[in-house]
Amino acid sequence: MKYLDEYRDADLTRKLLADIQKTVTRRWTLMEVCGGQTHSIIRSGLDRMLPPEIELVHGPGCPVCVTPLEQVDKAIALASLPNVIFTSYGDMLRVPGSAQDLFAVKAAGGDVRVVYSPLDALKIARDNLGKTVVFFAIGFETTAPANAMAVLQAKAQGLTNFAVLVSHVTVPAAISALMDSPDVQVDGFLAAGHVCTVMGFWEYEPLVEKYKIPIVVTGFEPVDLLHGILKCVRQLEAGRHTVENAYGRSVSREGNKPAQAVIQQVFEMTDRAWRGIGVIPMSGYRLRPEFAFFDAELRFPEVQAIETKESPLCISGLVLQGRKKPSECPAFGRECTPQTPLGATMVSSEGACAAYYRYGRYSNH
Amino acid sequence: MTDKPNLLGWTCPRPLQNYPTIVMGHGAGGRMMADLIEHLFAPAFDNEWLRQMGDSTALEQLMEMGQRLAFTTDSFVVSPLFFPGGNIGELAVYGTVNDLAMRGAKPLYLSAGFILEEGLPMETLGNIVTAMAAACKKAGVNIATGDTKVVQKGHGDGIYINTSGLGVIPADVDIGPANAQPGDVVLVSGTMGDHGIAVMSVREGLTFETEIKSDTAPLNGLVEAMMEAGQIHCLRDATRGGLAAVLNELAGSSRVGIEFDERKVPIRPEVNAACEMLGLDPLYIANEGKLVAILPETAAEVVLSAMRQHEYGKEAAIIGRVVAEHPGLVTAKTAIGGIRVVDVPAGELLPRIC
Amino acid sequence: MCLGIPAKVIELYEANGMKMARVDFGGVIKEACMEYLPEVKVGDYTIVHVGFGLSILDEQEALETMELLRQIDAMGDEGRPA
Repeated sequence: MKYLDEYRDADLTRKLLADIQKTVTRRWTLMEVCGGQTHSIIRSGLDRMLPPEIELVHGPGCPVCVTPLEQVDKAIALASLPNVIFTSYGDMLRVPGSAQDLFAVKAAGGDVRVVYSPLDALKIARDNLGKTVVFFAIGFETTAPANAMAVLQAKAQGLTNFAVLVSHVTVPAAISALMDSPDVQVDGFLAAGHVCTVMGFWEYEPLVEKYKIPIVVTGFEPVDLLHGILKCVRQLEAGRHTVENAYGRSVSREGNKPAQAVIQQVFEMTDRAWRGIGVIPMSGYRLRPEFAFFDAELRFPEVQAIETKESPLCISGLVLQGRKKPSECPAFGRECTPQTPLGATMVSSEGACAAYYRYGRYSNH
Repeated sequence: MTDKPNLLGWTCPRPLQNYPTIVMGHGAGGRMMADLIEHLFAPAFDNEWLRQMGDSTALEQLMEMGQRLAFTTDSFVVSPLFFPGGNIGELAVYGTVNDLAMRGAKPLYLSAGFILEEGLPMETLGNIVTAMAAACKKAGVNIATGDTKVVQKGHGDGIYINTSGLGVIPADVDIGPANAQPGDVVLVSGTMGDHGIAVMSVREGLTFETEIKSDTAPLNGLVEAMMEAGQIHCLRDATRGGLAAVLNELAGSSRVGIEFDERKVPIRPEVNAACEMLGLDPLYIANEGKLVAILPETAAEVVLSAMRQHEYGKEAAIIGRVVAEHPGLVTAKTAIGGIRVVDVPAGELLPRIC
Repeated sequence: MCLGIPAKVIELYEANGMKMARVDFGGVIKEACMEYLPEVKVGDYTIVHVGFGLSILDEQEALETMELLRQIDAMGDEGRPA
């Protein structure tokens, strides 16, 4: 596939690894923000090929891991209602709520459907006028333009049986929160290439000034990731800290203006709880008041009064911030395994805990 | 791929025309059920054993000295009932035939149990049964006994089918999941991921335009050719959970490690593209006409050659080997030359956005 | 948040008042919304995420960067001739 295969070239990968090895003179800890990047790193085996001086910490860049427990429980409650067709991206189906996950709701007879695009959810609404279609609008800024368009389209098409459960989170505030936390020791960030495709990277310029750390916009394929790491490490070795773009074929400084305009039109900034981390001010989106009709939480007020209960054993939040390693969790490998996950970081195939579990078995032999 | 039966050509015999859909009476054991059997099931599956029409069927002596019976069962609940390249009827026959073949058995007889949902169109049932009959002929097996039940509307996905199968394992054959040895070669019979993506591509919310066909096929002929060519230690058809599930099962049963090269696994470009788009890993996607074989290194080339000459093994490939290290664990060399642990699949495969 | 796959635009059309395209993901054809890429043309490659085109891939930039990556010496400056 064009624009994919070239970036998985074994020779170029080897060369870039060698370049990085030649550049480093000491240990550096880098955080890649996006779950998709983590997935690619583990899937390609890149994490075990990097020079030992580079430690990659997997950041909270995965909607599976950071969607607040309250929203997951609300999703489960909505999906359990009769006459509701609950539509969601596949990622969310196995995320544990306080008592169960969406999969369990499906098994109990709830109409839960995986969709590839929010436009598919709209189609389901058009085809099922006798039921309410609720769409779980999660994700980072990358997914916000698509989710926003669904709301606009629902309004334009007069789809009164469509509603969204919004749980968007945004990256820059998360980076600030992480850097403000005393336990987090990150020397540089690999920013999320597709978030930046939408938002541009001008928002990171104040951050590099404030925290004096390099931030490199990075793609997802092995060559892209190594390109980002190399740029980051070269800055660190030279004592520089700026925003650089290692994903120029998709990202520009200003980003995608039409997409940003629609985000602005439909959403406004809000405080958001990040699962395991806590509330980060102005780190998420909610529907603007003029779209309140499409807010599932207002359409079904009964889901507001949900009591949530996180597993007392789960330390996902600390893992997500890079403050603890999965192996330091008392439940790791015992009560908590990929088959019986207590928290999101064990559910997600790129969650740090799932990755540790998999590789831990390999290293132990 | 061979021609599939003309499914639109099913014509309904007179007595059944009175009932365009299945009703509860068809499962009640009376006149209506007898009509269904007499005018739909029996003509389609007709053979000397089924004609006995007893509560159970008497089979003649199946085995000679030193041979063993192979016995298996499987239930088929796929939705949608018809998908590009196959349907639930074919799956029901080939799935069980293949389970027998994976032990080196010659498949002989099948039972067929139908659970029909009230409201299932008679024409749909007719088409499925016609497809099953054609599949039996292709695989060289006979349906010797069957059963029908009807459940109320809303209590089934149209139709569920259970088939059990009997086969005979030749005297000198020992093929089983615990037989893999370090040094053995691992091979696959063809492209991975076709069936799962074909089914997914017609599921609501995940459709795309390009037609990707299921690889539903009977593998007993291929297995026979393989056994004639050389010694086989293990055989497994890579159904639910895909190649990854099978390799993990074999590694676990044999208490060995398996290492393979991702780039050597044959995958159709469209299947690859669909997986990229949906965020899926082709190694975990179901197949319905592909097998994984583990055999001694000395037999590898000869068996591979025999496979490539067979209709269902044209793209067979060696993908890796069995090792003594990390018993129970499967690892793969990735495209960039790294190593990844290929874990047991977690559960249902889901598209992702992240 | 991030699964965005390159796809080639093979046809542009309108549906439900939105600019849409048929795109080719290396052999798999699907529809995608192009409302966020008003200048997209047939033949362009786009990054598609959950059925929406988010960027038009800059082929020139990609080729130049690839060349640079192949040639740079880690100790020296980017852009030094091979």
